[in-house]
Amino acid sequence: MKPAFWHKLDLWARWSTPFGLTVVLLIVGVIPLHVPGFGVVVPWLPLMAVYHWAIYRPELLPAYAVFIIGVLEDILSGLPIGVNAVIFLLIYGGVLSQRRFFVGKSFNILWLCFALVASGASAANWLLVSLWNATMLMPHTLFFQFLTTVGLYPVLAWILMRWQHTFLREE
Amino acid sequence: MQEHPRSIYRIVAPAKGFVHRFLYMGLVLAALGLMLLSKADAVLMERVRAQVADAFTPILDAASRPMATVLNFVDEIHALAAVREANEKLLIENTRLLQWQAVARKLEAENASLRGLLKFSPEPSAKFITARVIGDAERVFVKSLLLNTGSIEGVRKGQAVISGDGLVGRVVDVGARSSRVLLLQDINSRIPVVVASTRARAILAGKNRQPPHLLRLPAGTVITPGDLVTTSGHGGAFPPGLSVGRVISVGKAGVIVQPYVKFDHLEYVRVVDFSLGKAPQRSTGKTDRKPTQ
Repeated sequence: MKPAFWHKLDLWARWSTPFGLTVVLLIVGVIPLHVPGFGVVVPWLPLMAVYHWAIYRPELLPAYAVFIIGVLEDILSGLPIGVNAVIFLLIYGGVLSQRRFFVGKSFNILWLCFALVASGASAANWLLVSLWNATMLMPHTLFFQFLTTVGLYPVLAWILMRWQHTFLREE
Repeated sequence: MQEHPRSIYRIVAPAKGFVHRFLYMGLVLAALGLMLLSKADAVLMERVRAQVADAFTPILDAASRPMATVLNFVDEIHALAAVREANEKLLIENTRLLQWQAVARKLEAENASLRGLLKFSPEPSAKFITARVIGDAERVFVKSLLLNTGSIEGVRKGQAVISGDGLVGRVVDVGARSSRVLLLQDINSRIPVVVASTRARAILAGKNRQPPHLLRLPAGTVITPGDLVTTSGHGGAFPPGLSVGRVISVGKAGVIVQPYVKFDHLEYVRVVDFSLGKAPQRSTGKTDRKPTQ
């Protein structure tokens, strides 16, 4: 009885790490960094995490978890609540539906697809915030955030992969 | 969570698939609904925001300190490298400031006598609440800061936030232990200001990445680049006279103002607890202050 309980607890702890890690990345993205001009080009870390877990372990990051993460990101970064929730959910749904495509593909393909996803997410971000504010916002700063996000993706993907191999090995 | 292995093909099993799809669509619609709700009922959303920000404040506070320590250390090293040069500059600036001090004292005395002559009622004095910036969500489209002080310390919605250089922004959301400041560059920011030399009143509107510009200038005002812009105190929540910035260009694009504050370097700011929530009563001539709630 007892070993089964601890085993179950261990499993629950492991299974909650994708969500936990994404929240940690969210917090890291909000911490003040005090580097002049850098704030705008903070890479969109939760996007990378949602993309990664949607491909590899969607059962550990269900749709409602993605929704919660989107809402949290909105609240902590001051955006209208719901913008990031919509974006992350759309990414999650899109990646899930194409998951068959991702099986066995090399990392570069994944990276390329991420670039596509990130550009779509940035465009959606611009569109939704412009609509909400009822004005046309300048999109050119989005481009730099897109570049840093896509550029940093390999690093984050590597970290998440290591985590996955270490803690989430049981298939 | 079941323990039997899931393969890709199980996900598209019809019954489970339908439920998942239904839930998923429901969540997307809920997210869109939240966006509309926050547009329609801003107060409710603000309260939700404030509660969640309160919950995250201890984590953000703790997480932002290591970074600040590292940056302070880097700044120290830079400072050590340039000590001699800095010293010379400081000596020159000191002499200049002493001269300004003398001028300021003279003006202060003159001001006091003129006020006496006009029976001018002075502004109620302001209290300051020091706060630390724990969240610098300078995202692409939102310019706001999260501070680690809230209503417990006396922060109220609408109060001005300043740093050593000038006005930073306005408090828009207040929780028990945290508050959010809308920077004056944000597209939604509107600050009543006055151009010092002409005493013309205008509204400073943010433009996100570009420097803010002035709206609602009275027709026919002549503004020259270099004019100082300060808060006008209209609306009551901001004390008048807080320095905002300097006009850098006047032309077809409007009057562009460069704020004095360097928004990238904010660590500690002060929230100005000024008019106790009401517009100052000029006609009474009294300076009684009600205790803050």
